[in-house]
Amino acid sequence: MKDTSRVEKNKIKKNTEDWVIDIISYFVVILLAITIILPFLQVITISVSPSRVVNSFGFHLYPKEFDFSGYKTILQAPSFWKSYGNTVLRTVIGTSLSILITAMTAYPLSHVHLPYRRGIMKFIVFTMYFSGGMIPFYLLIKAIGLYNNFLVYIIPGMLSAYNLIIVRNYYMNIPDTLEESARIDGAGNWRILFQIMMPLSKPVLATVSLWVAVYHWNAWTDNMLYVTKKELFVVQYVLQTILKSGKTQDMEMTTDVVVHTETMKMAALILTLIPIVCVYPFIQKYFVKGIMVGSVKG
Amino acid sequence: MKQENQGKRIRKKNHPTEKRRSFGKNITLYRDDYIMLLPGLIYFLIFAYAPLWGLIIAFQDYYPLKGIFGSQFVGLKHFKKLFTDPFFARVFKNTIIISVYKFIFGFPAPILLALCINEIKAMRFKKTMQSISYLPHFLSWVVVSGIMVEFLSPSRGPINVLIKALGMDPIFFIADKRYFRGMLVMTDMWKSIGWGSIIYLSSIASVDQEIYEAAMIDGAGRFKRIIHITLPALVPLLTIMLIMESGKLLNDSFQQVYNFLTPTTEEVGDVISTFVYRKGILQMNYSFSTAVNLTKNIISFVMVVIANTIANRVNEYALW
Repeated sequence: MKDTSRVEKNKIKKNTEDWVIDIISYFVVILLAITIILPFLQVITISVSPSRVVNSFGFHLYPKEFDFSGYKTILQAPSFWKSYGNTVLRTVIGTSLSILITAMTAYPLSHVHLPYRRGIMKFIVFTMYFSGGMIPFYLLIKAIGLYNNFLVYIIPGMLSAYNLIIVRNYYMNIPDTLEESARIDGAGNWRILFQIMMPLSKPVLATVSLWVAVYHWNAWTDNMLYVTKKELFVVQYVLQTILKSGKTQDMEMTTDVVVHTETMKMAALILTLIPIVCVYPFIQKYFVKGIMVGSVKG
Repeated sequence: MKQENQGKRIRKKNHPTEKRRSFGKNITLYRDDYIMLLPGLIYFLIFAYAPLWGLIIAFQDYYPLKGIFGSQFVGLKHFKKLFTDPFFARVFKNTIIISVYKFIFGFPAPILLALCINEIKAMRFKKTMQSISYLPHFLSWVVVSGIMVEFLSPSRGPINVLIKALGMDPIFFIADKRYFRGMLVMTDMWKSIGWGSIIYLSSIASVDQEIYEAAMIDGAGRFKRIIHITLPALVPLLTIMLIMESGKLLNDSFQQVYNFLTPTTEEVGDVISTFVYRKGILQMNYSFSTAVNLTKNIISFVMVVIANTIANRVNEYALW
């Protein structure tokens, strides 16, 4: 790609064909960018507008008047903060544990000479293609005591076959000699994993942990299915309830809510979005790197 | 003792004769590896294989109080019921129609986007546009549905404002039966097009630049280069993606449909997973909904296996 651009510059004049292709390409890409940016502009505008403006017909792509009462109401609702905290907690704990167990399971499987390795890999890969489905899983969660338990956010999603394979492939590409010399020096599996393999596989671990973190931040189905205790709710589920009804539990008690619910909904949505949008530009390249790693044959 | 084992292991590594050893010896020799593997394997056993055992309830009249052991076996009763159930026919049809639409429109979209992005030579502009296009992939369906309900609103949505400016009636995209499936397809594309283009872009980037230069010297214009170099280079990846995607036709997106579905659009939008959720979790018809889910899982498993076998034949690039 870089090379063609250099050659392209050597050409002095663009012909019609070049212009047509340029125009189409720029048009498609800009159009896509607009369809992505416009909805965000509208959501932001609605979240800071007074209800009079919200109810009027027409474009709402930039705020004409400001009214932050939507944010105020949401920020005063303790249930929203509680759920926000739960999400942060599950993201931090869930991601760390996930990385630990993924690395632990991937490392022995990267040993080419491990007996029964192929069988174990099949045992793991099979889980990607066939599952018991919603109801048996639900009954399992109830049976092992994870129902209405914070751990239901952490444990069932801890390990995924896909991430495991990606990390294992990365380990397999690390030269054996490093590991063998450490082994001769008397280092055991755990030491090699923590002091050699994990530091060497930082790029892939960074990518996988970002994927897992995003999964945790965005998760709500586990809340809907397995948790009925309000103090354990996660923010996406609370947001869903707010979007569907326009009220949080606390607000049902106070009848004198004057804020237009639409404003409040969008304020809640923005607050849920902020962490992802803020860190996104900085970590985006790691996400993309992972796709490349993942496309290596397993 | 431990040292000794490790010494043995290093030696053994160079002479792979593991298969001739007994099971017990294999385990002792690689004890450390298996200990490290154990938590992961137990995890898969509990969270992936135990639910498979739970599928027994599809052949029972399961009552939570009696448990799996106490409930009565009824054979294929629920499966027979399923094929006469008018709602099952409806959700099955909806699932397939929505998947086919998503496939027809959603499959070529990232490829076209990748081709367009590849033609843009201004690096900073290109990078920015790519970043913007990936963003929706990282949002949850709860957030995306919230944004879309607002964006497609009959009174505030820019599209409807334009429609009204043209003198037509605003369309309630989210709640109108006629537009619901189209809306699912569009929002799915909106969320995944940018992210989906990455894999094609990386495939395009791996094409040897000398081929392009040679073609240029031979007088091939940009369009010809796209048709005769870039597209053929994508063919292997395309074949695989095409086959793999066709194996997923029965996999509906619960998270998407659940967030958009309203009682008015159930007729055209209710899919297998939302049906299973309603029947199973909300109405507690555990056995029946498990039978529904199992039927779907078996069909889709067979489809994926067929797809992968074909992919394996076509190309060495396959999933197992």
